[in-house]
Amino acid sequence: MEGHSQYTPKSGFARWLERRLPILSFIHDSFIAYPTPKNLNYMWVFGAILSFMLVAQIATGVVLAMHYTAETTLAFDSVEKIMRDVNWGTMLRYAHANGASMFFLAVYIHIFRGMYYGSYKEPREVLWILGVIIFMLMMATGFLGYVLPWGQMSFWAATVITNLFSAIPVVGTSITTWLLGGYSVDNPTLNRFYALHYLVPFIIVAIVALHVWALHVTGQNNPSGIEVKDIKRDTVPFTPYATLKDGVGIAAFLVVYAWLTFFVPNYLGHPDNYIEANPLVTPPHIVPEWYFLPFYAILRAIPNKLLGVIALFSSILITAALPWLDTSKVKSAVYRPLFRKEFWVFLAVCIGLGYLGAQPAEGAYLWFARLFSAYYFLHFLVILPVIGRIEQPEQAPESIEASIIRGETSHV
Amino acid sequence: MSEAHAKSRRLVSSTKGWSLVTFGIVATMALVAPAWAQQEAPPSANDQVAAPSAKEKEARHESERHEQKPKRFDWSFAGAFGRYDKAQLRRGFKVYKEVCSSCHSIKMLAFRNLSQPGGPEFSEKEVEALAASYKIKDGPNESGEYYDRPGRPSDRFPPPFANEQAARAALAGNYPPDMSVLAKARGYSRGFPLFLFDALPGFSYQEHGVDYIVSLMEGYENTPPDVKLPEGQFYDPYMPGRRIGMPPPLSDGVVTYDDGAPQTIDQYAKDVAAFMMWVAEPHLESRKRIGLGVIAFLLVFVGLLYYTKRKIWSDVPH
Repeated sequence: MEGHSQYTPKSGFARWLERRLPILSFIHDSFIAYPTPKNLNYMWVFGAILSFMLVAQIATGVVLAMHYTAETTLAFDSVEKIMRDVNWGTMLRYAHANGASMFFLAVYIHIFRGMYYGSYKEPREVLWILGVIIFMLMMATGFLGYVLPWGQMSFWAATVITNLFSAIPVVGTSITTWLLGGYSVDNPTLNRFYALHYLVPFIIVAIVALHVWALHVTGQNNPSGIEVKDIKRDTVPFTPYATLKDGVGIAAFLVVYAWLTFFVPNYLGHPDNYIEANPLVTPPHIVPEWYFLPFYAILRAIPNKLLGVIALFSSILITAALPWLDTSKVKSAVYRPLFRKEFWVFLAVCIGLGYLGAQPAEGAYLWFARLFSAYYFLHFLVILPVIGRIEQPEQAPESIEASIIRGETSHV
Repeated sequence: MSEAHAKSRRLVSSTKGWSLVTFGIVATMALVAPAWAQQEAPPSANDQVAAPSAKEKEARHESERHEQKPKRFDWSFAGAFGRYDKAQLRRGFKVYKEVCSSCHSIKMLAFRNLSQPGGPEFSEKEVEALAASYKIKDGPNESGEYYDRPGRPSDRFPPPFANEQAARAALAGNYPPDMSVLAKARGYSRGFPLFLFDALPGFSYQEHGVDYIVSLMEGYENTPPDVKLPEGQFYDPYMPGRRIGMPPPLSDGVVTYDDGAPQTIDQYAKDVAAFMMWVAEPHLESRKRIGLGVIAFLLVFVGLLYYTKRKIWSDVPH
């Protein structure tokens, strides 16, 4: 989108550089003059928070990598050495481990915000799909990283997840062997997981660049879901308005992150991961990290292994089809009386699945997991398409400015 | 649309939104509640009273496989301002050295750690003397041979057994776990909704591991007549499966304290658990001290940013 002001290089060097590589005007247009809708609420700060977390994870991760040893007999001890003998090692490791959790917390809020305000709808379909790809790469990175400390949960999580691929007919076992570099999780597995855990975040950086590029082509959605019509009346320049608001968001988010890191650093972890990996002892309950629990519940809800794996992957991939499954012409839930209610039911179902994923898959837990999994898919495949057709949307204002005058913007 | 009209509309829609959230939460809880109810309550004293029929007996066996929830104790290192009690760590080390160390290794602990800040803080002289009292295997020397030498502060505590097989051969098939991170490798869930509070400032509870360890060490009971334990196993309701290979390790007066602390099982158990927490988390004090500074700075920073943001946005209707 066209910016508020055109960039004019002031110094001689800037003019020289501008004619050869227009990077200064690119930065100016993207982060200073870039027009942001006036009515964005605090739900829109999570993009900036996620960028911050990506950099934070890479920064702490690179330093940890300098002290970590990816070898099965040394990995567990090398992590403990970081905790004991490396300067700031305790803080770095806890910041990285809890950083993963904070990263996922932010991305879930970011995703649900997009769902509530219809941010995936025309013309932002590609932006949304890039987001789904980033989310899947994040899940891969989180899983790979969890294996590295080589505790009991690391080992058994790796065993359970790689074993999923063996459900593929005919070639499943071969694929699993190929992934593991052997017939079971062992040193080759740890080595490649470490290499990939270092690689994938940089692929995420590249996709994030595309995500931001796509965002800057279409412009941001906003709580009213109405497209910008008049840049002067509907938007403000990114700096200082959005920069400052994002700053407040990041700093507030950091308070929570710091609390977790410094005061309850093992709250989100599992005690069993402080026991060194032992292929001969299976833990009584193998539980993934909290951010995988809803998907884990869906996997276990289905008695057939292959169908369970298909359901697991579908539950993630189906979000990429949202722009076409949601038939409503109106973007924002603010003007959609039916969807506005159903959204909270869907959110409750997702949280419920998360709770059930941490429970043993038996008795009432299993039946509720099945009920909630069914609802999860119904939401995408039936409820959204139908609501879009039967719902009578409320009258939306003509412009963002009109929406502000109507006093509809929340200050959340 | 008039201003008042718009306001009332906004109010209605926002209350609607909230009632729906509440409804959603209540509905979810109602749906999941039966599942919690299914969870087994810890067996009470009543279980022991009536003479059980064969069927009840079987049911009781089933319930007795489930361990009891650990008791909670007071810890000086709990909470945001928590710090280790140096005297307690020193006593705990003495219990470890005189009792536990005959079977349990503590391979990540170096002698020098004992004089580090934030720990028992023995003097360097004491640590040197202590290290020298241990024999450390070293080598090979110039003639290619391994030899024993007196320990140095940089050495780690030598394990009581050369390997797992040696331990099992000496201890009726049992393999005592290494104690370096044991205090963090044990825990239990307090269940919904209490586990949510465990993370919150003011309520934070991170001492599951040490509570479990003390409960376990104090929790040995005579084997109930209807429970059959294999040879060399002991009955302890806090242990998963309620059976444990470790004989009751502590008894009153077994370790002599020089600082006048009571020489009881209860005191020994707490002291050695605190010591184990320190070995598992040797930088807890500096972590919490730095954390307080970080949080204080961030709170001020958020405030400053927030008011700057308000000032900047004050001329824009939004």
